[in-house]
Amino acid sequence: MSDAARDPVAEPIRFVDERLGAAKLIRGALDYVFPDHWSFLLGELALYAFVILVATGTYLALFFEPSTTQLVYHGAYGPLHGVQMSGAYASALDISYGVPAGLLLRQTHHWAALLFIAAIVVHLMRVFFTGAFRKPRELNYVVGVAMLAIGVLEGFLGYSLVDDLLSGMGLAIAYGVVLSIPLVGGQVGALLWGGQYPGSVAFEPRLFIAHVFLVPAILATLIAVHLAMIVRQHHTQFRGPGRQEHNVVGTPMWPAYALRSLSWFATTAAVLVLLGGLVQINPIWQWGPYEVAQGTNGAQPDWYLGWLIGALRIMPAWEPRFWGHTWAGNPFFGGVVFPTVVFAVLFAWPWLEQRFITRDFATHHLLDRPRDNPWRTAIGAAFFSWVFTVFFAGAADRILVSVGIPYETQVWLARGAFFVAPVIVGVAAYRIASELRRSDLHPLRGAVARRVVRRPDGSFATVADEVEPGAG
Amino acid sequence: MRRRAVPVLLVVALALCALGTLAFAQAGSGAQSPPVGAAGGGAGDPVAGHQLFVERCSSCHGTDGAGRRGRGPSVRGAGALAADFYLRTGRMPLAEPTDQPVRAPVQLTATQIDDLVAYVASFGGPGVPAVHPERGSLTRGQRLFTDSCAGCHTVAARGGIVLGGVAPALQQANARQVAEAIRMGPYLMPRFGSGQLPPADVDALARYVLSTRDLPNRGGWAIGNLGPVPEGLVCWGLGIVVLLGAARLLGERTT
Amino acid sequence: MRLLARLLAAVAAWRAVRRGAAQDRAPLPPPPPPEPDPRARRVGARADAERLVAALLIACGLCGVAFVVVYATSANTQLLGAAAGLALVLLAVALAVASFAVVPQETAVEPRPPLEAPAEVEPAARELRDVGEGVSRRGLITAAAGVAGAGLAAAAITPAASLGPRAKGLGAAPWRRGTRLLDQDGRPLRAAALVVGAFATAFAEGADRRELGSPVVVVRLREDEVHLPAARRAWAPQGILAFSKICTHAGCAVSLFRYPLDQQTSKTPALVCPCHYSTFDPRRAGRVEFGPAGRPLPQLPLAIAADGTLVAAGPMSGPIGPAWWGVGHS
Repeated sequence: MSDAARDPVAEPIRFVDERLGAAKLIRGALDYVFPDHWSFLLGELALYAFVILVATGTYLALFFEPSTTQLVYHGAYGPLHGVQMSGAYASALDISYGVPAGLLLRQTHHWAALLFIAAIVVHLMRVFFTGAFRKPRELNYVVGVAMLAIGVLEGFLGYSLVDDLLSGMGLAIAYGVVLSIPLVGGQVGALLWGGQYPGSVAFEPRLFIAHVFLVPAILATLIAVHLAMIVRQHHTQFRGPGRQEHNVVGTPMWPAYALRSLSWFATTAAVLVLLGGLVQINPIWQWGPYEVAQGTNGAQPDWYLGWLIGALRIMPAWEPRFWGHTWAGNPFFGGVVFPTVVFAVLFAWPWLEQRFITRDFATHHLLDRPRDNPWRTAIGAAFFSWVFTVFFAGAADRILVSVGIPYETQVWLARGAFFVAPVIVGVAAYRIASELRRSDLHPLRGAVARRVVRRPDGSFATVADEVEPGAG
Repeated sequence: MRRRAVPVLLVVALALCALGTLAFAQAGSGAQSPPVGAAGGGAGDPVAGHQLFVERCSSCHGTDGAGRRGRGPSVRGAGALAADFYLRTGRMPLAEPTDQPVRAPVQLTATQIDDLVAYVASFGGPGVPAVHPERGSLTRGQRLFTDSCAGCHTVAARGGIVLGGVAPALQQANARQVAEAIRMGPYLMPRFGSGQLPPADVDALARYVLSTRDLPNRGGWAIGNLGPVPEGLVCWGLGIVVLLGAARLLGERTT
Repeated sequence: MRLLARLLAAVAAWRAVRRGAAQDRAPLPPPPPPEPDPRARRVGARADAERLVAALLIACGLCGVAFVVVYATSANTQLLGAAAGLALVLLAVALAVASFAVVPQETAVEPRPPLEAPAEVEPAARELRDVGEGVSRRGLITAAAGVAGAGLAAAAITPAASLGPRAKGLGAAPWRRGTRLLDQDGRPLRAAALVVGAFATAFAEGADRRELGSPVVVVRLREDEVHLPAARRAWAPQGILAFSKICTHAGCAVSLFRYPLDQQTSKTPALVCPCHYSTFDPRRAGRVEFGPAGRPLPQLPLAIAADGTLVAAGPMSGPIGPAWWGVGHS
């Protein structure tokens, strides 16, 4: 007793345990097993990017002034002295040029936003193609997809705050998309913007409170729910020696996995800080303040909205107008219908697959490889390539124009690819998955203990190799 | 074999992405070659110029410079301004009349250009405008550029698309060529007379355009000053690729 | 009817086949048979790894100090980023080496606790249902609760109406007959300032420049190029035309004017929005030529006042800005 009381490790545990009964929980947490596979780090990557977003964002919020009050600039960035601009843009300029380390943190924040959503997308693909969303994880999958949607919104709110030319153009488009909603678009626009955009002074503070509090709070809550569900269900795992539906094989949390995960956090932070310090992102001082009458060629949203600008661009000029009303403005199709369809498919996928493809209602903790379910792989590949086609169409003016393809041709190509690309990719993915499933080759790891031999009659056959792969 | 394939593939993917990013940035930034010197000052010989015009230009512009329908416009009245711009930026002579004339290596000698300019100027028309970028205001130049030019050339003057053509990046243009283009409106560009943009504004615009050769890139590598598209490429091609590589190393024990 | 039945039968047959096919596809390789226990634990750090971790951690700390020094001296963004980034890289490597080569290496097998407790479902449901046990006016109370809920919900959501005024003035523009066109510097725009092929932006005199309806794009074409409908014939004095600068697609500024030096060998004049490349034909009253815009650019009729300045000869030809429900025929 007296020995244990002096033990600096045991004593805090005892303290908490006697008051909260936590010793068992602590022990359980230390023994929690993480399966060993690199793809399990993708979700953590998104989590750590979020942590860095909160940390850098908090710092930036201390210096940022969410105001559209017009002032004549005389701040830290000389070339814009004497220019009329909003308080928001002026303070963002001063963060970039006046606050020491301000630009580093602003750029790290922006890179972290890009990477946060990219990590969610990669994580989503891993979950999708390995069937990790199957029962009992449908709910957690839905929470994850919701975080993707909310993350995209949060990013858009963030770069819209600055009130530079790019962000103003983005908000103008968002306002146009909201207006295009049938029947209620005008009212919803007035409600959200507090009047018309631009011109409403109410909007910038709303944008700010949404970006720094409301949406992050929702995201943080969903992250907590996401993690709590994982802990309750434990991780999935790939098939392998000793891996069963009823167990988890891998590295316990303490100590090796905790160190590994901290290392992963440091790696994420390192990449983001290095990008933030060395690679310029959104040089707002070059864009100038937003004016309603100004626009720049090549104005683009951040990458995670590229699929929406693509959809807006390739939509033909169709605007149903009869009985004296515009039933849907053209941006409604690219800006509302298309993302709704994409997210509806994503949200519904666990049930769609269960109902129409696998008719498998059992609980699964062992993962599929993509080849194990060629239909899922094919439909997933087709779906993601479909979204990617539209995404590509959104950036095509920047990319393909240097190759010399006229823009009109690009739009028609994109419209064609919208229908054709998913079919081609889907069929190809189905073929590849089926072939891999049959031959049991691994595309990254090469042939595992198998080789092709030539029979005496000249035909070929795949045979199991005698030699263990590690032995040579 | 089993363990080696992955790193090799990763390295290849990484290298490809890096190359792509670099190539993209290069394409956007434009070569940093020195501007074409503002040589030649009306010392040309219009008679020699006419001779040269018949040889090199008449298949599209006609032997008398009156133009040929469907091949090239009349040069009568275009003045020294237009001839100077088109010839000293290498845009003319043009191989295919329906192609967009783009900046190219100058195909004629300085003397030949002087002669041709003198010949075209002999029909009358505007002379080469005087421009003094050092007198212009950078701040006003940036605002004017955003008002009137960024719709095609982008705010950072990195070039963009016009339906039916390409608005060039302007980092290779010198002040005189900027002024000439403003006044003349080459190819698909609109024209701005001195009533709309007085010489002081042209000075400011020229100063701003020259400043875009070396924009204040305080944030680091500018990835071509092309906005969010290269930023997205870096996020995926550099950030995600590097992190996937790191995940591959970190995610599984080798024992 | 018969056709319908056949159709249904065909669908049913197809689904039966699919179900069969699904069953063919469904079976995956069965879970591997029980194998030797994968549990393993190895203790014993490698001496070189321990030294490496220590060295990396010290280097990391030094980089942190370097960050402070840079902050205090130049605060150069690249140096700050490099110092902090390098510190984090060193920390990441140190932790990774510690994880893989210093601390005990263990492969553990944790039983996955069963999630479900089916025996508890029905009792839980029963307890929930028990709320109404012995209550005779269940319907009344439920309805009353509904009234309370609806009333409170309505009260709770009503303040949201303060967020925005009712949508009014959408598509309106401040242009009236006689409104002068001001250039970016606030001076009246003169017709003589515009050469053929000119492109200018103008604002309504007396209006807020940030108002969506204020900016117009003014271009000058050759008079023989302009082909306006009969009703608009007088709207383009000397070939000078004005259109709302706000794209009718999504509300960006139409800031791209294409005017060919030689129409024979290149394109016709066009006004283009650089956001989604909606292309409008200024010669033909702003008609959509390409791109997603659903209606033409509203045109502002122009006149030239006695002093040579450009003035509006009337209001905009239609509602400006992106389409919404209220945009009728135009």
